[in-house]
Order: sequence, then C-alpha cells, then structure tokens
Amino acid sequence: MKDLYSTRKYLIITIIVIASVALIIKLFIIQVVKDTYRLSADNNVLRYVTQYPARGLIYDRNEELIVYNQAAYDLMVIPAQTSKMDTALFCGDLGITREIFMDRLKAAVNYSRRAPSIFLKQISAESYARFQEKIFMFPGFYVQPRTLRKYSRPVAAHLLGYVSEADEAQIKKDPYYKPGDYIGKLGIEEAYEKELRGTKGVKIFLVDVYSRIKGSYANGLMDTVAVQGNDIISGIDLDLQEYGEKLMQNKTGSIVAIEPSTGEILSLVSSPCFDPELLVGRVRSENYARLSADTLLPLFNRAFMASYPPGSTFKPVNGLIALQEKVIVPSTTFGCSRGYLFVGCHSHASPLNLKGAIMNSCNAYFCQTFRKVLENPGYGSISEAYEKWRSYLTEFGFGKKLETEFVNELPGLIPPSTYFDRYHGINGWKALTVISLAIGQGEIGTTPLQMANMTAAIANRGYYFTPHIVKSIGNEQRIDKRFTMKHQISIDSANFEEIVLGMEAAVNGGAGATARIAAMEDIIVCGKTGTAQNPHGEDHSVFIAFAPKDKPVIAIAVYVENSGFGATYAAPVASLMIEKYIKREIGESSKWKEQRMLELNLINRTAQNETER
Amino acid sequence: MKRSVNIWYRIDKITVLLFLLMMIMGWFNIYAAVYNEEHKEILDFSQRYGKQFIWIVAAVVLAIIVVVIDNRFYLFFSWGVYGVLVSLLILVLFFGREVNGARSWFQLGSLSLQPSEFAKFATALALASYLNNHKEELTKLKVILPATGIILLPALLTAKQPDMGSTIVFFSFFFVLYREGMSPYIFVSGLLMVILFFLTLLMDNVLLELILVGLAFFLTWFVTRKPKLSLAGLGIVILIGGILFALDNFVIESIGNEYIIIITLILAGLAFAYYIYQKKASGILVIYLFLLGSVLYINMVDFAFNNLLKPHQRERVEIMLGFKSDPHGTGYNLNQSLISIGSGGFSGKGYLKGTQTKFKFVPAQSTDFIFCTVGEEWGFIGSFVIVGLYLFLLLRLIKLAERQRSVFSRIYGYGVVSVLFTHFFINIGMTIGIVPVIGIPLPFFSYGGSSLWGFTILLFIFLRLDASRTEYLI
Repeated sequence: MKDLYSTRKYLIITIIVIASVALIIKLFIIQVVKDTYRLSADNNVLRYVTQYPARGLIYDRNEELIVYNQAAYDLMVIPAQTSKMDTALFCGDLGITREIFMDRLKAAVNYSRRAPSIFLKQISAESYARFQEKIFMFPGFYVQPRTLRKYSRPVAAHLLGYVSEADEAQIKKDPYYKPGDYIGKLGIEEAYEKELRGTKGVKIFLVDVYSRIKGSYANGLMDTVAVQGNDIISGIDLDLQEYGEKLMQNKTGSIVAIEPSTGEILSLVSSPCFDPELLVGRVRSENYARLSADTLLPLFNRAFMASYPPGSTFKPVNGLIALQEKVIVPSTTFGCSRGYLFVGCHSHASPLNLKGAIMNSCNAYFCQTFRKVLENPGYGSISEAYEKWRSYLTEFGFGKKLETEFVNELPGLIPPSTYFDRYHGINGWKALTVISLAIGQGEIGTTPLQMANMTAAIANRGYYFTPHIVKSIGNEQRIDKRFTMKHQISIDSANFEEIVLGMEAAVNGGAGATARIAAMEDIIVCGKTGTAQNPHGEDHSVFIAFAPKDKPVIAIAVYVENSGFGATYAAPVASLMIEKYIKREIGESSKWKEQRMLELNLINRTAQNETER
Repeated sequence: MKRSVNIWYRIDKITVLLFLLMMIMGWFNIYAAVYNEEHKEILDFSQRYGKQFIWIVAAVVLAIIVVVIDNRFYLFFSWGVYGVLVSLLILVLFFGREVNGARSWFQLGSLSLQPSEFAKFATALALASYLNNHKEELTKLKVILPATGIILLPALLTAKQPDMGSTIVFFSFFFVLYREGMSPYIFVSGLLMVILFFLTLLMDNVLLELILVGLAFFLTWFVTRKPKLSLAGLGIVILIGGILFALDNFVIESIGNEYIIIITLILAGLAFAYYIYQKKASGILVIYLFLLGSVLYINMVDFAFNNLLKPHQRERVEIMLGFKSDPHGTGYNLNQSLISIGSGGFSGKGYLKGTQTKFKFVPAQSTDFIFCTVGEEWGFIGSFVIVGLYLFLLLRLIKLAERQRSVFSRIYGYGVVSVLFTHFFINIGMTIGIVPVIGIPLPFFSYGGSSLWGFTILLFIFLRLDASRTEYLI
C-alpha cells in the first residue's frame, strides 16, 4: 500500500528520543551531580523528627494564665537500629527493670522493626539530661521532646478538658494525628482542638549507625517549621471559679454564672470536682479509671449533662408568658388557701399580686395563672394554647441544646402537646392535668446552664447571647459569629421589668421574702428560690439570681443536690458568688454565710441516694 | 500445522526477549521494594513478590494464547472487543469497588480487575480498524471526528472514575492519528498547549507573551525571507501596543497589561489582514493565528488553573514546579522518591541494600514508584539501563510497525508505541519530578495483574500481527 505519511515517523521517533534523553539528563543530575540526595558510604539513615508545636495557652477573662505547657520527653526506639548494648546501665539510668525493658522492646518489634515506637513515655528532665550524654552507647534509642499541660490552679477541670493520646478512630478520621499524638478531650481542649494544636513541623536529620545526629539533611531545606497553636482567652474568671469550687466542696451540684451582656460564662462548677493535673501525662490512665469508678460521678458535668425539674425558679418565666398573653396584669391577685386545689403551698399573706407571688413564691398564684394561659379562649384548643406557651420557652432556650461549645449538652425536656395527646388522648387533657408545670414540676427538665441563660435573659429584659466559654481566639481575637448573635424573646421588656420587680422583692422585700439570705447591703440582688423535687431522695436546693438590678453584670444559677429548700443552701452560695465577683472580697457581714457553706458536708446524703437507686 | 510452526519462527524474538527481561527485572525489584524479613522466600505467595510471580506466569500463558489465535480474529473482533471494554468502563463506575475516592476496580472474590488497563488495547484495535477502512482520509473532518470519538469515549469514562493517569494515556493515541495523516497543526498545537501550560505557570504571563511575539517575528522572517516585511509587522505591533500602553497608564483607567497585549494583537491582525488577503500569505496567517491563539490560551490557563482544577491537583502541579515544598503532605511522594533515587549515586547501593527502600519511606513503591528501587539500588547505571531498554523497545516497535504491509497492523503498532511511551515517560518522569505525580504503572515492571496482562495482550497482539505480516493482506 502506498503510504503518504511514512516520513512522519521521524518526528515521532525524535519526540521519543528527546523525552528519553531528558529523563537521562535529569537522572544524571540528581544521581551523579547533586549531592543533596546522596548519603555517604557509612550507610547513613534519615531520621524524621516531628517538631511538635507548643499547644495554645488558655487564659481567663482577666488574662491570667490558666493552662500552659511544660516540656516532657518521650524515649523512642527503632528496633532495627539497635544492637548490643549495656542494658544494665540503661535500665539503671532510667529506673526500670530488665523485665520492663524486654517487654517494651518486644512490643516495639511487634509494631515495626523499622518505624520508631515510644519506648518510655515522658521521662523526667533529669533522666533526659543524663541519657543524652550517653546516647551513643545505646544505638537505636533517641529522645523526642513533647509538651504536656500544666495548670496554674487545680480548678476548672470540667471546663478545660484534658489532653490524651489520639485513639484509632480519631487517627482514622483525621490522618494529621499519628499514634502517640495528643488530642484534646472534653471542654475547651476538645472544642477548640484545631486552634490549640497548631501545625506539626518536621526536621530531617542524618543519623549514623551509632544513633548520633550527623547533621541536617539537605541543610534543612526539607524541614518545615512547627506553627504554635493559637492562644485562647476564655470568659472564665479564675478567682470566681476557684471560689465556687471551694464553696461546693463536699456537696454535689453545679453553679453556672454568665455575663448577661455578652453571654460569656464567668464560672461553671460541677461538684464533685477534681484536680485537672490528675489527667496529665503518665498518671492519666490510672487516675481516669479511678475517677470513672467513683460513685459520685466526678467526670459527669452536672451543669449541662444533668436535667432537673426546675421547681419554683420556673415561676418568673410563667409570669412573663402570662403577662405577654395578657391573661393577667401585674396587679392581678389570686387567693391562696395554703394551696390551690390539690397543689399545696406554704403559709404566707394572701391574696398576693404578681410581685408578691414571686416574692413569697406562691404556688396557688402561678397555678391559677398557668390555668388562665392554657384556657385562653383566644386559642381554639388546649393543644394550641399549650404550644404557644411552649414556643415562648423555646425562645428562652429550653427544650433544645443551646449550642455552646460543649458537645454533650443535654437539651432538657419541654414535652410537646402531642406527648399529652398520646398519653391522654387528643383533647383528653386539660390545664389541671398538667398544672404541675406551672410551678416547674412534672414532665419538665432543664439544665443549670439553661436556667442561668434564662436568668441572663431576664436580666437583659428580653434577650440573650448563646452562652459560650471562650472570649476570643488567637491574636486576631476571633470568635464564632453565632456567639455574637442576639436572641430576642418576643415578650415586651415592660413585662420583664415587672418580673424583675418581683425578683427584687424576693430578695429585698422584707418579711415573707423567700430569699432574704441573699440580700446585700449595697448591691440590689434579684433572685428566685426553688426546690427541685427529687423522687430518689432529698430535694435539690436551687437558686437563680442576677445583680445589680440595673445594669446587671452577672446572672447565676446554683444547684445543691439533696439539700432541701432553695433558700437554705443554694441562695447563700449564689450571693457569695455574686459578692465575690462584684466586690472581689467577701465582706465581714457575709463571712458567716461563707463559713457555713464551706463546712456543709452533704456527700453522705448524696452517696446514700446513689446506692438507693 | 506448518503455519503455526512458522508463526513461532517469525515472532520478533528481540521484543519477546525484552518483554521477558523487563518482567523478570521488575519481579526482582518488587522483591526488593516490598522486602519483608519475615517472608524472605521470593515465592511466598502471601507477599507481593510471590503474587507477581503468578501474574508473570499467567502473562506468559496469555502471550502464548494471543499468539496462537489467528490474526484475522483481531481485525474482525476489534469492534466487539472495544464495545465490551467500553461497557465494562461504564459498569465499573457503578459496580466498582471504591478505593481512595476512585472507582476503577472490579472485585471478583479475591481477584481485582481494572478495565481501563484492558481498554487500552481495545481502543488501539478499534482505532486501527476504523482508520483501516478510511485510509488516508484523516484530513477530512468526517473522519477526524469519529476517530477522535473512539479515543475520547474511553478517555472520558476513565476520567469519571477518576483516573487521570489512564485518561492521559488515551490522549496519547493522537500520536497514531498524526502518523496516519492528521494535520500536523493539530498535533503541534497539542504539544504546544502542554508546553505553554507549564511555562504559563512558571513565568510571568506578560513576559511570556512578549517572548512569543518575538518568536513570531523570527518565524515570519524565516518563512518569508523578507526581513523588511517582518520588521514592518513587528513595528506595527509595537506601535499599536505602545499607544495602548500609554493610554492605559496615563489617560484611561488601567485595564492591565494582559488585556493590552490581546487588544494590540487583534488590532495588528486587522492591519495585517489586508496584506495577507492580497498576497495569500498563508504562512504568515498561520504564524499569526498561532500567536493569537497562544496568547488567548495563556490567559485561559491561568483562569482554568485557579478556578477549575481541584485544590489537590493544583498542589501537585505546584509542588512539581517547585512552588511549594510540602515534604510531609502532598509533596511527600515526590520528595521521598527523589531522595531514594538520588541516593543511589552512580552505581547504586546494591541489591536489597537500599535504605530508603528498606525503611519503607517511599509509598506505593511496588507499583507506581517501582523505579525508585532501581534508582536507589542500581544507581545511575541501573536507571540508564532501564531507560535504555524502554527506548530500545519503543524504537524496535516503531521499526516493526513501519515494516507492516497491512495498514491495520501498522496503525495498531503505533497504538502500542503510544501507550507504552506514555506510561514509560510519565511514570519515570513523575519519580524524578519532571512530571506531576500521576499514578500510572511502569509497563511490565510494576506490580499488578491487570496492568501486566493488559500490556502483555497489547504487545503480543502486535507481535502476532507482525509475525504474519507476509501472509494475508488485511
């Protein structure tokens, strides 16, 4: 066949030849000409030493350091590079037995002969210094510097979280982590892991057969620098936090304090607490096991992982809804005959208006108010009225997660009307069926965090910011946008003012006021007592408050488990916390309260409840 | 009977020898790459080197089968085979096992098959068959389009998996089209596009475009042999460009040098149009069109690179070009590979003594990066020998292709050359950093059943066709 294009083969051949020559030339350059990649005849080996960046520090709102780093040293081994050595000397220097040595070495061999394994975790600085001098005697071993967390005070363990080694699942999910790398767990350490951890770097060294570093590979051209983690300023007031933990010693319960104007959490105490230092370094696993087994559940964060019926502290919100729904006005009175129908009440002056009802915590008033809300003729059915009532509560942040930084928040429970429909049949239930909700009892659950948030909303007269633990991140002082969003509640601020008057009276109103113990000379504290019923034992003492009445700087919720009336224990704790925060010092006149709370020991009572369950 | 004895006699022994040599060398290198002290025996079938032995034996069997089959079979069934493989390429998108974000493999029990490896020879067959029926018509659009379609169909299906490496291999079939008569302009344009792509990223666009203008000037001078005319053309461009540049900087709001150059060229083109039309100066027209096209292309590349490529693909190119150094992340493979090969020096560290190989620093070392083992353990000598062997194989195949009397066989032969060349150049090029990291195997060398069998069939069909080249005129 005629072939018109046979000369084209020359172009194709030329291209192929040029390409091959290009390959040869480049190969020649990198293999023969350039020294960069060549390793010497001693059979030098490359060692990749990961540069671990310093983990970001955590400060409190006054820029006092809470969490910082200390140097630690891991002893590494590459089994393939080990050879005969004086094991007795080695073990002696490091304080381990020969058995431990053999076990560890075997484990390393099992993992990989060629890749490094951790032989001994976090040897002391002295051991490190001593060892470095003799390192040439122990080929195959070297030291990898790490950082561990250190705490300026033994407080805020729940808030801060801790740092531990990444487990298999986490490594699989994010390959940035290698076995032995640290990752934050719980609290701020977990929530802001990506900010705090920085970025690892690597230094590549040439190492000879005696495990001695001969120099940087490629003059450090391939090295990358570790980037330090971002520091975090939390909203926590460290003094307040420490004080709160001290007040709650030997008791179980929680305290949540929020700054209403920003939503920053000033203090978050869950008692029993523990020293965060327990979960650092070599002792962590052991201590963690011990804490897990403790029947009082110290690892459990009661501030938002526990949901309780709020009790009387719920009355202000019910009052607000009633005002907004225009079923009552502040001057509306209801009589109380030591209760209303089947709901009991303690003895007090009667009848009372709204302010008086809050001040005296009258159950009858609120039962009748709640009834009016649910039986409002403006709505077609009780379900509709109930759902409207419920929608207000949702605006306050009840019945759903508040979306703070913590992952294991409980949403609490405000049952939808369908819940009662299912139980009693549609339209098979009335206001009286669910009347206990009026006084915060029955099928209702709120967390202390939600209660503090509600208090902040009342303090602000109608809005709140999502509670958050962190004030700003890094040098640019960033913060997640969702924390600067105002959540407005569709209740007139005028109505809020009326409720505030009631809460002011509850503390400062004189005879009959349930929270007189929380009053202070020069600061107007507004509050509400509550007794959360506990089917398993003694009721819980609850108190919510904010201060000062005008231009409030702190909103607080205190829960003291198994301690009876709200006024007895929760209120003094709250007032002491408020005093500590605003005045920084506890005045002489309050010292007796402080003394009493410090000495109060309810652990046995709680322990009893636990075993009874 | 007599005929089959003749076939064995006529099979090109040099190529068969090269084939066996490469497989054996590959096998030994895989042993070195994967070397596991606990499984020292090279025939240990739980390890890759043991398995590769099985694949090699199977490949030899396949080769024998391919040769025994009558060569007319390949002509008649080329479309059928193509159709089957295209269907498999479609099916694998739905039923394939997902590995690293790509669906390229069928899992049949413990056996994995990769259809794209077999689609390569199928495409070569189909292309050869089609062009055989339309000999010397590749200048006509109605022939170019279907031919391109035969290539593009498997290319796009492979790109969907996604498997960029194999997709590029399919595009190499344009070598075949060029050989069979496709306009050299298209071919040269293609090459130019690749070169310009990298140049655009490496240097400033404006500078590059000015260099191109200069080049166009010299080309015009060379082609027309009229220095005054060429200078006049250059002068017009500079004049227009100068005016626009002055306007841009001092009078109107700046629109940027890049746009200035484009507008200048378009206006200059209008000025040239008259002359070109009058004198039917097609040479100048071509040069001008190439220049304008290149400038527009350069701007498009920037846009596409920043807006169309996925971040990890961008990163790979940037690392290859040296913009980014990321020895622990995306640049890890390349970095390790360079260290490995570079450390081999002139004569290598010796068989089984490569430290980088031993310490498993290079990922995918038995497959895509198998050349590292050669580089490290056999040094420059070893690298040179391997490159030389491939070069020799490719040139030998071209020689065989050219001596075919049957057009079908020749076209198929060039198809084989294109596929093998692309794999060879990209694979080795990637390990030494002149090509971005694109994962494709080194033919006959890398570990893997599908690729080895695909290449074996690809090669031996051609050897069969060649062996019977004097018999029937297909």
